[in-house]
Amino acid sequence: MNIVVCMKQVPDTTEVRIDPITGTLVREGIPSIINPDDKSGLEAALELKDEAGAKVTVLSMGPPQAELALREALAMGADEAILLSDRAFGGADTWATSSTLAAALRKLPHDLVVCGRQAIDGDTAQVGPQIAEHLGLPHVSYVSELRLEPEGKSVVVRRVFEDGYHMIRVKLPCLLTCLKDMNKPRYMSVGGVFDSYAKEVKVWSLADIDVDPANIGLKGSPTRVKQSFTKGAKSAGKVYEVDPKEGAKIIVERLKEKFII
Amino acid sequence: MDFSFDREHQLLSQLYRDFAENEVKPLAKDVDETESFPVETVRKMARFGMMGIPFPKEYGGAGGDNLAYIMAVEALSKVCGTTGVILSAHTSLCAAPIWEFGTEEQKRNYLRGLASGEKLGAFGLTEPNAGTDAAGQQTTAELKGDHYLLNGSKLFITNAGYADVYIVFAMTDRGKGTKGISAFILEKGMAGFSIGKKEAKMGIRGSSTCELIFENVKVPAANLLGKEGGGFGIAMKTLDGGRIGIAAQALGLAQGAIDETVAYVKERKQFGKALAQFQNTQFQLADMQARTDAARLLVYRAACSKDAKLPYSVEAATAKLFASETAMEVTTKAVQLHGGYGYTREYPVERMMRDAKITEIYEGTSEVQRMVISAAMLK
Repeated sequence: MNIVVCMKQVPDTTEVRIDPITGTLVREGIPSIINPDDKSGLEAALELKDEAGAKVTVLSMGPPQAELALREALAMGADEAILLSDRAFGGADTWATSSTLAAALRKLPHDLVVCGRQAIDGDTAQVGPQIAEHLGLPHVSYVSELRLEPEGKSVVVRRVFEDGYHMIRVKLPCLLTCLKDMNKPRYMSVGGVFDSYAKEVKVWSLADIDVDPANIGLKGSPTRVKQSFTKGAKSAGKVYEVDPKEGAKIIVERLKEKFII
Repeated sequence: MDFSFDREHQLLSQLYRDFAENEVKPLAKDVDETESFPVETVRKMARFGMMGIPFPKEYGGAGGDNLAYIMAVEALSKVCGTTGVILSAHTSLCAAPIWEFGTEEQKRNYLRGLASGEKLGAFGLTEPNAGTDAAGQQTTAELKGDHYLLNGSKLFITNAGYADVYIVFAMTDRGKGTKGISAFILEKGMAGFSIGKKEAKMGIRGSSTCELIFENVKVPAANLLGKEGGGFGIAMKTLDGGRIGIAAQALGLAQGAIDETVAYVKERKQFGKALAQFQNTQFQLADMQARTDAARLLVYRAACSKDAKLPYSVEAATAKLFASETAMEVTTKAVQLHGGYGYTREYPVERMMRDAKITEIYEGTSEVQRMVISAAMLK
C-alpha cells in the first residue's frame, strides 16, 4: 500500500508572544514544527505501516527550510520525502496550494492520501478536501480514528462532529483529513535521525510537476486579503485564590470600579 | 573551529528535549521521593533508540556518536538526574567496554541486547576497601578449567538489581597488583550471584545503588573481557569514557537549575517587584550561565575528541571536574535565589542540588580528576 502524507511546516504558535509595546508578533526565535494535525496524520500512516506494511511518503510545499520538517518525518519512520519548493509557488492561498499538491500527487502512486484537518497558522481546513476534488478522490474530513479493513481495500474511519460522530467505510483510494487528538505521534528515534540524513529529500520545482501556472502561487490565488491586523495585547490578569462567595464579591467590586455595573 | 551542531545533532536535540519534557520531567519528583527506579521510562528510551546511541546498528545501536549520546544524558539530567545516570552507567560503563574490548561473540551475545535496550547494564569495580584505590580489589576469580570461580563483593553499584549484564572486576593474580586484575561479563541470575543491600542516598534517589555478592559464581571462561590481567586498563579506559557521561549529567543538572530559576525569578515578587529586576539576581544568573556554558564546551570537547579518536582522558577529567563543581555551585545558587521555597520539595531545585553532589564523587572524585589533569601537565 502506498500512503502519501501531506504536511506543512508552521511556526509553533504556542510559543508566539506579542510585543507589548509594538503590539506585533515576536517572530524571532519561534521554532518551526510539523503542523500538529498533519503530525497525527503521519502517525496514523506509520501505524498502518507497522500493522499492514506500507510505503509512507511525506509531501510538503514550502521554502527550502521546510526540509527540516521532512527530515523529522523520515526520522519518525517515513520512507520517502518530497519537498515542493519554487519561488513560483510562493504566496499561495488554499486553491493554489491544493492545485500544486494535487499535481505532485498525480506523479506519486497513492492508495491513501492523509492530510491534517487544518494548519495552526491558517486554520482554513480547505487544502485537504480541495486536493481530493482535484484528484477526483472520495474524502472524509475530521477523522479521529482509522482502521484498515482486513482485505486492505477500504478503511473504516470515525468522523467527528461537534455533537456526535459518523463511522464511515470508504474505499481506497481516498483522502482523509485527520485531527491531532486521534493519536499521540511517536518521537523520532535516534537511529532514525541518523538514517534521515542518509536519505535524500527530493526537491521538486515547477518544472517537475504538470500544473497550469495560472493555478499556482500568488497569481493563481483567488483569495485577496483585505486587511490584516493584530489583536491588541491583553494584560496578564490577576489570579485570586478564594472561595466562590469571596470571588463573586471581588468580581462585583471590579465591575463597579470599571463602571460596567 | 565550529561551535554549532550539525543538522543531525540539531534534530536530535529537538528529540531529546521533547522526550525529556514530556516523558521524564513529569515523573522526576515522584522518582526522587519514592526512590522508584523509572522502569517504564527506560523501556521508552529503548523504543526510541536511546540505550545504544554510540554503537553501530549491526550491534543493535543507533549508529550515532558520543556527542549524540552525551547530549541525551544532558537533556535527561536537565529534568531528572536519576534518569541521566541510568543511561550513563548503562552506556558508558557496561555497553562501551564490551564494544571496545569484547570478542565478536561477546558483542553478539551481550552488546546487541544492551544497545537495543532489551537489557540493562551495570559496572562493578568499587569495593568496601577499594574505591579510588581501585587496585585494592578483594574479589577473586580463580580459573577452574573452562570457567572462573568468583568470590567477593562490590559496593555502590549503579543500576544493580535492575541490570541484566554486569562488568565485574576481580583479582586473578593477587601477587601482580593492578596487573592481576581481570574483567568479566556476568549475567543476572548466575548461580551464587546476588544483589545485596540497597543504599539510601542523598540524591539520584530513583537510581538503584546496591551491593553485589559473589559466592562461588561459575563464570564461563568465554566471559573474560579482554585478557587475563588486563582488567585494570579496561577499568581506567572505561572510566575515562564514563566521566564524559557524568560530566554531561552535571551539565544537565546545572542548566536545569538555571532554567527553573529564570522562570521563578520572573514570577516571584518581593518589595513590589519581580526578583528578576534586582541586580543581584541578574548578576547571579549571569555567573551561573557563564560557568555552565564553559562546562558545556568542555563536555562537548571531550565527547568530540573521543569521536575523533583523539586522546580524551585529560579532556574527560577536565570536563568532569569543571562540570560537576559547576553543577554544585549553580544548583546551590539556584536554591538561594528561590529563597525559602527553594529549600522545600515544592520546587525541583533542592532535588537538583542533592543530585549534583554525587557528580563530584562518583566515577572518580574531583580530587582524582585533579590528579589526572596535573599528572599530564607535569610529566
